Amino acid sequence: MTPWECLTFEWFGALFSDERILNGIWNSILVGFGTVILSVSMGLAGALMLTQIWPKLRATYYTVIIAPILIPGVVLGISTLVFWDRINRMLGLGADSFLSNGLFLTIIGQSTFIASYCMLVLVARLQRYDIALTEAALDLGATHAQAFRKVLLPFMKPAIASAAVLAFLASFENYNTTTFTFGEYPTLTIELAQKVRYGITPAISALAFIIVVLTVFAALANEANLRRKELVAKARKEATVEELSSGRIRMPGFLSSNWAAVALVVVACATVVVVGTATVYSPQQCIADVQEQKRLETEERINELRRQRDLRRQQQQEAEQGNAAEPNQSQPTGNNSGFGNVFAPSALSGEEEEASEAEEAPSGNNSGFGNVFDPGSLNSGQDN
Amino acid sequence: MSAGVGVDLENLWIRFGDFVAVRDANVNINGGDFFSFLGPSGCGKTTILRAVSGFLEPSDGRVLIGGNNMKGIGPNKRPTALIFQNLALFPLMKIWENITFSMEIRGASAKERRKRADELLDMIALPGQGDKLPSELSGGQRQRVAIARALCAEPDVLLLDEPLSALDLKLRQHMRTELREIQQRVGITFIYITHDQGEALTMSDNIAVMKAGVIDQIADGKTIYNDPSTAFAASFVGENNVFRGKVKRVMGNEALIETNRSGDLVARISSANQGRMKEGEDAMMFIRPEAFTLAPEGASGDHFVTAKVNHEEFEGNAFNIFMEGEGGKELKVSIPNLGQSFEDHTGQNITLEYETNNAVCVPAGELAAE
Ligand SMILES: Nc1ncnc2c1ncn2[C@@H]1O[C@H](COP(=O)(O)OP(=O)(O)OP(=O)(O)O)[C@@H](O)[C@H]1O
Ligand SMILES: [Mg+2]
Repeated sequence: MTPWECLTFEWFGALFSDERILNGIWNSILVGFGTVILSVSMGLAGALMLTQIWPKLRATYYTVIIAPILIPGVVLGISTLVFWDRINRMLGLGADSFLSNGLFLTIIGQSTFIASYCMLVLVARLQRYDIALTEAALDLGATHAQAFRKVLLPFMKPAIASAAVLAFLASFENYNTTTFTFGEYPTLTIELAQKVRYGITPAISALAFIIVVLTVFAALANEANLRRKELVAKARKEATVEELSSGRIRMPGFLSSNWAAVALVVVACATVVVVGTATVYSPQQCIADVQEQKRLETEERINELRRQRDLRRQQQQEAEQGNAAEPNQSQPTGNNSGFGNVFAPSALSGEEEEASEAEEAPSGNNSGFGNVFDPGSLNSGQDN
Repeated sequence: MSAGVGVDLENLWIRFGDFVAVRDANVNINGGDFFSFLGPSGCGKTTILRAVSGFLEPSDGRVLIGGNNMKGIGPNKRPTALIFQNLALFPLMKIWENITFSMEIRGASAKERRKRADELLDMIALPGQGDKLPSELSGGQRQRVAIARALCAEPDVLLLDEPLSALDLKLRQHMRTELREIQQRVGITFIYITHDQGEALTMSDNIAVMKAGVIDQIADGKTIYNDPSTAFAASFVGENNVFRGKVKRVMGNEALIETNRSGDLVARISSANQGRMKEGEDAMMFIRPEAFTLAPEGASGDHFVTAKVNHEEFEGNAFNIFMEGEGGKELKVSIPNLGQSFEDHTGQNITLEYETNNAVCVPAGELAAE
């Protein structure tokens, strides 16, 4: 049985009633936010440093700061673990101290390389920043902190947002660094990895579906936002002074020029329809129907096998005895004649095995797939 | 206007590593003056301005504003406002927010700021444009916004770094008058930087002519134009014809120069160089194109120049005659068009006459590269 034979949403339910997955998602979100805050601030500091540093040192500094991207995540994970463990011991703290906390270590470990990504994003924007703007702010009486907050930070905002999204996604999907550092806080990727070791269940597909939909939604929302801003900027540029001061600018229809948004709306409608019909229709009934159909198919196959076997036996008997054997031989059990067993023992047993296997099939728990589709198996994690 | 806050530079040196950007500058700028620094690109004008506004510490010497030494005082604590070469308007702030940024820093309420912004927008003739973004204004409008933003900070000294250089010619000429008007209205000291001698001459009370980090001459526009103290000042400010030679004889405040091509010519010694021109030394003399008149053929003497005409052009208000000059450079003569008849002289030798007072000589030196 394949997932598309019976449309059901029970796997979403199964997913959301799974303690470990939910806990993993929660941990991932915690780690994600921690990493976003840490990496974006480190990335911003690194990017600012790059523009201020003595030009002769710039290339070296850049190489050093970008190196974590090139280092395998596994190495970063182990190093983080070892490094903070050393510090922990140097400070004479116990194994349960803050420095050996899984959350702390994971955030630090991930940030070591995610901060570099953030820095790259931020540097690109910072290169378009005119340092004269900061000087202008200073000249007009602002302190350095005020100039940073009121002029540089607003300018960097779009890049900071991109860097934050990037950092969050990178943190969310990270496995190989986290696997060394998670401690008591297994993230979603860790939980999934442990689960798929015992086979893939549709609950995982359901999770994948949710992640894909969320990602697409976020990307589309971002795109739509950018587009809206562009349109507003364009409208403002074309607007006359009176229009501007009376605030009478009408925003051009968002949908008119955004095909992605149109597609999204269509998909959303389709989903609503499917959900509406799918809930009135019972998946159990569907599964029973499909299984009934399979049982019938199997029975047919057994009958066919029996017919073939009888035919063969008949031919054998004809060949042996030279005269016509009983034409309506239909007993499945072998000892219908004194010679039958003697002449075809292996063939007979093989056929019987096959038949018995086939006969088992309709009894509901098809050994090939059945367990996998059982939501209960998620927790039990039993091997099939 | 009552005397505003003056600015003094005393023995100001600014070095970048081994490179000397400003060499021993001594300037006294009176309060309420419109003072210009005029010089070619890269001569250190911006550097001086940055030292005044506090972005650069002098390597040596002092900057005094209103008589107070500014050493160790940051740009946000000085009573100056700088209008940057590229304006540096805050791109994400609306015009009114840009203009009143200094008030925001001082903690003024949005209502106060709006009110002040409207006043300033009226002053710069951009009423009702406060809600636009800088990118939505034209170059000239942005220019005026930058001025309003600087004025809103109520500085004692306004520093302007080639603010008109990005504008087209017509707008530039319009803004010159406007800037001068604004300065007279607010009555504060303006320090203006330009490489355009026209701007400097039309707007300034006083001008400092700079060359490669050195200030050659400080004087009002008329003096600089008529009585330059160096060869550079003579050739940089306005058009000038140069004659090289040696001093043959000094007669009071006049000198007879034995020129390389045009025989012995007499010229006035510029006031800064009186008593400093020695017989036998190299000298340069300068005569403006408009200082020549056509002389009868065959006239000769120590205030006549004869040369072959290369080509001529009619410029509307003047006839321009280009003659063979020194070192491959043409000698330009400009005869005002007063409706007289004017025949073509191309290829002929003609003789020109000038009044001694209109020729000025200085010790030989560097010319402005053209
Ligand atoms: N930070 C710096 N480091 C090293 N040299 C500098 C620095 N700033 C300026 N200079 C040098 O000092 C000299 C004067 O520069 P400045 O910017 O004052 O020129 P300017 O007169 O304003 O020219 P322009 O008219 O082109 O703006 C230039 O040769 C420049 O290369
Ligand atoms: Mg400059």
